[in-house]
Amino acid sequence: MTDAFNPRDWSGQPAYIAPDYKSTPLRGPTKPLIPLPQTLSEMTGPVYGQESVTGNDADLTLNGRRNGEPLGERIIVAGRVLDEDGRPVPNTLLEIWQANAAGRYIHQTDQHDAPIDPNFFGGGRCVTDAKGGYWFMTVKPGAYPWPNHHNAWRPNHIHFSLFGPSFVTRLVTQMYFPGDPLLDLDPIFLATPEATRNLLIANFSLDVTEPNYALGYVFDIVLRGRGATPMEA
Amino acid sequence: MTKLRQTPSQTVGPYFAYGLSPEQYGYQQNLSSIAGSQMAEGDIEGERIRVEGRVFDGNGAPISDALIEIWQADSLGRYAHPADPRGSNNTFKGFGRCGTGTDPQQRFWFDTIKPGKVGDDQAPHLNVIVTMRGMLLHAFTRIYFSDEPANATDSVLRLVPAERRGTLIATKQSGKVYRFDIHMQGEQETVFFDA
Repeated sequence: MTDAFNPRDWSGQPAYIAPDYKSTPLRGPTKPLIPLPQTLSEMTGPVYGQESVTGNDADLTLNGRRNGEPLGERIIVAGRVLDEDGRPVPNTLLEIWQANAAGRYIHQTDQHDAPIDPNFFGGGRCVTDAKGGYWFMTVKPGAYPWPNHHNAWRPNHIHFSLFGPSFVTRLVTQMYFPGDPLLDLDPIFLATPEATRNLLIANFSLDVTEPNYALGYVFDIVLRGRGATPMEA
Repeated sequence: MTKLRQTPSQTVGPYFAYGLSPEQYGYQQNLSSIAGSQMAEGDIEGERIRVEGRVFDGNGAPISDALIEIWQADSLGRYAHPADPRGSNNTFKGFGRCGTGTDPQQRFWFDTIKPGKVGDDQAPHLNVIVTMRGMLLHAFTRIYFSDEPANATDSVLRLVPAERRGTLIATKQSGKVYRFDIHMQGEQETVFFDA
């Protein structure tokens, strides 16, 4: 059997209960987690490759169109998915979702008083190539208010979901933009330890920027690597 | 060699539906779902079961914006993944995904097959990821079945204090239905794993 996956880097993760993010105190587990040796159940995981992606799934400026182009600042978000040793994670699915340029989600429960864009959906997916590379075209999501505390606003962000090679490498996270003044006020971003917080912020890249068309941002993602010895199963 | 640090987790938030579960929430005109509640269609071999339940917060209130994902072996205990060579010819994908926001009672549900034993020492089980608005990182748990004698010798259940094992066991209802409620906190807090 191949090597087990490295443990979650608990010192770099937000805690389950972060009181400034006010829905965590009633929703995060409070009892100690039980250590689970990695058996076949943990060393395998859902397999979703290139066949899971069709047409314009990776281009959010195209996949929600009805009668024209979505409004907003076009951006490219690209990067690599790597493990902790810097090895590429090829052929893994990324799923993203985000607000439109005005800060409004199309979701029925989003009641923020900002316009829905009839030509923007906000969900997409793609699969990494052999070098772990991925690419999305979208519009820059707007900031929006949320009811956590008085005058609370979420910074501009894109939600990311990844599988990686096994059930235990699953990652759900958010990508933020450099220089956003709301980051220093956001209890979700700030719940992440200072040492790893900046890993959530994309870098602007002129190399990724497409001249006369879209600004480029690079967001590399690191999943759990492997090297530990698994339990016999 | 200096290792790269793992990208931290952030909450899935309240609006995951159209990124992760578009068909369940009615957004199929824009994006198909890679997975949903219907996991065993066509001629996949195995005993058809439904697993359903609710997710409760620390006040005992049902949560309407949780996302539950399950990963399971087929009826012979094989996983459809390259690390399990026995699973390579299997059409059963083994992955399901359901949000708690579309059922009037905030239930999640999976129509699937009962998995077989995994190896010699694990009773039939579903591997579960629980996440929601208000969780900054997902939690791992497992669902076992109340009518399985193999639970008594399961290598993972025996790592769990006896008085908490019941939180990992789905209760057989009438017909093919198993009930599994998830309690995030409180006296009945579900066992979550550091996997």
